[in-house]
Amino acid sequence: MNKLIKISAVSLLAMGVYSGAQASTLSDVQAKGSVSCGVSKGLAGFSAADSAGVWTGVDVDVCRAVAAATLGDATKVKFVPLTAKERFTALQSGEIDMLSRNTTWTITRDASLGLNFAGVNYYDGQGFMVKSSLGINSAMDLGGAAVCIQAGTTTELNLADWGKANNIDYTSVVSDTNAQTLSNYDSGRCDVLTTDASGLYSMRAASNDPSEHVVLPEIISKEPLGPVVRQGDDAWFNIVRWSLNAMITAEEIGVTSATVDDVSNNPERERLMGRSGNTHEYVGLNSDWTYQIVKQVGNYSESFERNIGVNTPIGIARGVNALWTDGGILYSPPFR
Amino acid sequence: MKQSKSLLSLLSNNEVRGYVFQAVALCAIVFMAYVAIDNLFINIEARSIHTGFSFLKNRAGFDISEFLIDYTPEHSNLRVFYVGLLNTIVVAIVGIFFATIIGLLIGIARLSNNYLISKLAGGYIELFRNIPVLLQILFWYNISLIIFPHPRKSFEFFDAIFINKRGFYFPKPIAEDGFLWVVVALVVAIVSVIAMKRYFKKKHEKTGTYTSTFLYSALLVIGLPAFVYFIIGSPLHLDYPALKGFNFKGGMVFSPEFTALAFALSVYTATYIAEAIRSGIEAVDKGQKEAAAAIGLTPVQSLKLVVMPQALRVAIPPTINQYLNLTKNSSLATAIGYPELMSAFGGTVLNQVGQAVEILGMTMLVYLAISLTISLVLNIVNKKMSIKGR
Repeated sequence: MNKLIKISAVSLLAMGVYSGAQASTLSDVQAKGSVSCGVSKGLAGFSAADSAGVWTGVDVDVCRAVAAATLGDATKVKFVPLTAKERFTALQSGEIDMLSRNTTWTITRDASLGLNFAGVNYYDGQGFMVKSSLGINSAMDLGGAAVCIQAGTTTELNLADWGKANNIDYTSVVSDTNAQTLSNYDSGRCDVLTTDASGLYSMRAASNDPSEHVVLPEIISKEPLGPVVRQGDDAWFNIVRWSLNAMITAEEIGVTSATVDDVSNNPERERLMGRSGNTHEYVGLNSDWTYQIVKQVGNYSESFERNIGVNTPIGIARGVNALWTDGGILYSPPFR
Repeated sequence: MKQSKSLLSLLSNNEVRGYVFQAVALCAIVFMAYVAIDNLFINIEARSIHTGFSFLKNRAGFDISEFLIDYTPEHSNLRVFYVGLLNTIVVAIVGIFFATIIGLLIGIARLSNNYLISKLAGGYIELFRNIPVLLQILFWYNISLIIFPHPRKSFEFFDAIFINKRGFYFPKPIAEDGFLWVVVALVVAIVSVIAMKRYFKKKHEKTGTYTSTFLYSALLVIGLPAFVYFIIGSPLHLDYPALKGFNFKGGMVFSPEFTALAFALSVYTATYIAEAIRSGIEAVDKGQKEAAAAIGLTPVQSLKLVVMPQALRVAIPPTINQYLNLTKNSSLATAIGYPELMSAFGGTVLNQVGQAVEILGMTMLVYLAISLTISLVLNIVNKKMSIKGR
């Protein structure tokens, strides 16, 4: 009868697993003491690990902001590097708590994958990069070219649409990872590399001699990139959305990591920093959550300039990613 | 009381007890599978992930670099499935073909009396068998991108064959009216060769005189279609590849992705096939060869008529396994972007649509179906080859 008992035990165990209800993401995160954040496998300035294994980048900073807000410590992030193909499954299955991996917000992804986009941390568009030795100045001259492209991206769809609309015939060379795409382009397997313009700048900066490559002026799509969470946990969705908004608002009202300790006599800054009002209760966090974000990670501008700004090797100007008050489209709803 | 006692005694009956436990185990497995699947669907629903197969009808919207059936981004996701499936089948067929030839040669070379040949074959096997096949695929792919030149500096042969980073370009034969007759001639030639072989085999069995048919067969299979071809007036022309703009246009092209994949899979799988062939030949008793020599068979006849039929009996089952492995390993193409089933459908479509369960389920079913088909066909071959009790 021993076997029978074992079998029954296993069956009961299976039923136990089956009925195990899902706890909320916030309590999960607080229980395990870290935020699992899906990032890219390495895109300089957005999410890349240095030689010491420390992750940096604007996408990484969103993860860190959420960790600072929920755990009070921006270093308590477990980074999970994912390919474009793996990212949604990793989030859907609960392997990661949030995805911050230069992911384009589209209706299909938002509405059919059981995911929610918590905001936009970088407004991007798809561009082309070629070797300067080709002597090409416009994407319209690319007829007949071989195009290197990463699998499982909106880029693939945009390229096909653009090729059809402009009657440009091309061959696509698809790779699974950023690294293989770049290596294909470097080795000459294809003539042109296409991805989000930010990615092109990042790859150009990482190449041996950036002056050998030209990013063509055409931008063929809009790619709002932002953090993503699972659908169905609205409390967590709010936390991620407003952590990002806190960084944007901090820039807008002039709070930086250096000045965050002294916000007295400015009602707007005091309100953002939780000195007045009780917005922190609504998101279910400590009253210093925004303070920790700005203190440990910085405001949006600090993150941008540190990782991808004009003074970094990547050298991207703020452009449309400037605040709405500075002529850009970056806009956070008010903290009120 | 009496009844329960008889029930208990029934339980102590070994045979009955065996059935009961097996039935219980089966129920438990079915129940667990049910729970797992049910759990899956509940979770999918709870996360409001879109389900169902309607995505197959939707416009795919992305490009595929290699296709055997007509494909544009306007086609449906189902079409991508077919394109990927055909690419998988092509790479499997090409891989199996070359792996068998290389494996056969290396396996026989391994047993050669020539020291150098046998050691070289042994070295080949040890080298390629012990390196993970994914690594080999990536190696050949990246190496081919490094060593071959840019399209504008292609290696040229007779102004017709070009080799560069973008692929191997060959002239493409294009059939004109009347080419069908050449095909008909070839079929007629093959049928007559089979008939001729049968006739001589019967004669051999009846009278004992052996006639070699090799020369006649070769003459018939090559000569007849060639004769018809020239009579009709060469109904075939070649489409030559030519450099236009960035790349070569026209002709036939084998992409670096396809070539690297097929090459790596053939070279890797050949090592296992070679070992299967070697073990098969070594399994044939030495006395068999000696007996064959004693009745006056030449070494070639001895290999063909005595050794090989017995060796294949041992070698076929492990070789079947290798064919299956090769087919399944072709899914590693996803690493270098050859658009086979796993890469085009299980990768790109999955990412555009996001329905992992449906898409990976379909993909798995296909590999299962392909593997079972290969297995079935070769099991029939094996049955024909195996010892027939008389």
